[in-house]
Amino acid sequence: MKWDWSAVADFMPYFWDGLLVTLQILVLGSLISFALGLVWALLMRVPTRWVTWPVGAVTEFVRNTPLLVQLFFLFYVLPEWGITFSALTTGVFAIGLHYSTYTMQVYRAGIEAVPVGQWEAATALNLPLRRTWTAVILPQAVRRVVPALGNYVISMLKDTPLLMAITVLEMLGEARLFAQQQFQFTEPLTVIGFAFIVISYLASLALRALERRLVH
Amino acid sequence: MSTDTHAPFEKDPGSPRGTGELIRLEKVTKRFGDHTVLDNLDFSVDTGKHVTLIGPSGSGKTTILRLLMTLLKPDEGTITVDGDRLFPASEKQVREVRKKIGMVFQQFNLFPNMTVLRNITEAPVTVLGMSKDAAEERARELLEMVGLSEHIDKHPAQLSGGQQQRVAIARALAMRPQVLLLDEVTSALDPELVAGVLDVLRDIARSTDITMLCVTHEMNFARDISDQVLMFDSGRIIEAGPPEKIFSEPEHDRTREFLSAVL
Amino acid sequence: MTSGLWELVLKGVWVTIQLLVLSALLATAVSFVVGVARTHRLKFVRFLAGFYTEVFRGTSALVMIFWVFFVLPPAFGWQLVPLWAGTLALGLTYGAYGSEIVRGALAAVDPAQREGGIALSFTPWQRMKLILLPQAVPEMIPPFSNLLIELLKGTALVSIMGMGDLAFSGNLVRLALQESAEIYTYILVIYFVIAFLLTRLMRGLEKKLKAGAGKARVRRPDPEPKRPETTNAGGAVR
Repeated sequence: MKWDWSAVADFMPYFWDGLLVTLQILVLGSLISFALGLVWALLMRVPTRWVTWPVGAVTEFVRNTPLLVQLFFLFYVLPEWGITFSALTTGVFAIGLHYSTYTMQVYRAGIEAVPVGQWEAATALNLPLRRTWTAVILPQAVRRVVPALGNYVISMLKDTPLLMAITVLEMLGEARLFAQQQFQFTEPLTVIGFAFIVISYLASLALRALERRLVH
Repeated sequence: MSTDTHAPFEKDPGSPRGTGELIRLEKVTKRFGDHTVLDNLDFSVDTGKHVTLIGPSGSGKTTILRLLMTLLKPDEGTITVDGDRLFPASEKQVREVRKKIGMVFQQFNLFPNMTVLRNITEAPVTVLGMSKDAAEERARELLEMVGLSEHIDKHPAQLSGGQQQRVAIARALAMRPQVLLLDEVTSALDPELVAGVLDVLRDIARSTDITMLCVTHEMNFARDISDQVLMFDSGRIIEAGPPEKIFSEPEHDRTREFLSAVL
Repeated sequence: MTSGLWELVLKGVWVTIQLLVLSALLATAVSFVVGVARTHRLKFVRFLAGFYTEVFRGTSALVMIFWVFFVLPPAFGWQLVPLWAGTLALGLTYGAYGSEIVRGALAAVDPAQREGGIALSFTPWQRMKLILLPQAVPEMIPPFSNLLIELLKGTALVSIMGMGDLAFSGNLVRLALQESAEIYTYILVIYFVIAFLLTRLMRGLEKKLKAGAGKARVRRPDPEPKRPETTNAGGAVR
């Protein structure tokens, strides 16, 4: 095996560009998945099947089909319907939507873990339903779900390269472009492979620290 | 208990205790599956009275409190509070009637995400529309009454069980309810913490005209504060009377058995 | 859509299923070897197994696929058939997640069972084979079922390398018809149906194994479908 350090040096400027895009996807995608997942979780508690059945079916479908095909769907189908977004926007939305079907499960578990006595105390104090959710239930549920949500952020990191398939130049996209132009595959692919391992390792350390802080 | 003008509750000389009926349950039946917890129950409580429900566990005492707090719905019957229907009634009506009722739970059920102060002010501000300042002023008075002024900014997890329960009492009183429901409020406490909570409740019983409905296994406490004691068995009231009578010369065999077991 | 295009899709389904079965077999083997190695009495073996898990869980499956397709051949001088390259990349990656499942299930077996094995003077391998694994395997099925669905979704990644799987056939049909909504809907539905059948299959397997392990009571499958856990941190919702 030949290893060429100068190829690494040549690749680094593109690497930083790609890293920036990867982190951008990760942050925005996470925020979408956190928000949308909460919406799904709350809709699943509406006491009518007319809401829970469609929401349950759609999220089940999204969760059980490949993100890659969902990306193709949004990237190629939306323009046919006259809706055009940049590849990055489409990708961020797709990954956020995909992961929202996981975060909804996390929220559900978090909400169900709030003791029933909290609901009873809210009733006894006559708090309106909306206030019960916003002031009592959700603040307690969110605390419980932070670690699990963090795990999904790390999972999402490792799915960001899929956006390369719809022309987004994140880390893997930059690596492939560089490889095709310079005919050097080993160095850029290995650099980003390491980058993923390092970032997800650091992220899991940060998550563990956060979790310890949340314990009390 | 202080009698100055800032006291959280004052007896209104114009309305002496025991004028008229405040709570009425008529033909109330409650089942859980096949098990009938309350069987065609009739009973009423007069304004300002302190009524204690005693009886073996599973006899339906707590169910009555939970029905009154609308945590449960009866299967049959009607429930009236202060002349207003609580069941059957519209959701809007229920919300209005519920303002007259406060409850203290066995497990305290304080909101762990809020400070002691906010636990007490949350409902007065959002439900009664009190100003934040007025609600906090009142919360301070109540905390002084239950002896926890220095813990005002702590979170519930930083307090002992007994302290948490006293905050829960203050939280219930902050809504100025006409009725206070006490559901085995000392059962979850370590033995050495029980007295502090009961002292606070004795104070409230003595110095306010709030109506109290109390489920407890503390018979001495029941004897001290009650105007009336109801003995429950299998979803029915089998004996009722003033505490002196129930505790000293019970008529019913089941009451005698129960008292000899707990006293 | 013409029947010729449907034929293309069916071929894609066949490639996806082949890839799924092969990589699931490799992933299962890796899961058990690495997962059991993580309970080994030698610290060095435990370290190696843990290192493997961290590295392969830390990186992205798609990056791993690129690596196997583009870096391995020049480095070692041989070129894998795409199907085997895909199997290798997916099997090694998802096997790392699976090893966590195996390790967790082994750790969850009542310690008294292990002590019972010691008391009967079984060798460590006999204890593993006769006592620990038969009890732990049924508990692994619900998480493995979720992992299998993730693997199915992961197989779509090979289409990026030009392998003619189900996702790739969708791209071909799109190019042929210049129309995307219909074909991608079909493709998604087909994936969903496969996922549904796999879930059913795993549920049946769980029932069978539980009955075999003397546990009549069949627990409902894990109600929370999960992506493969990334770290030991924060898995549990308290």
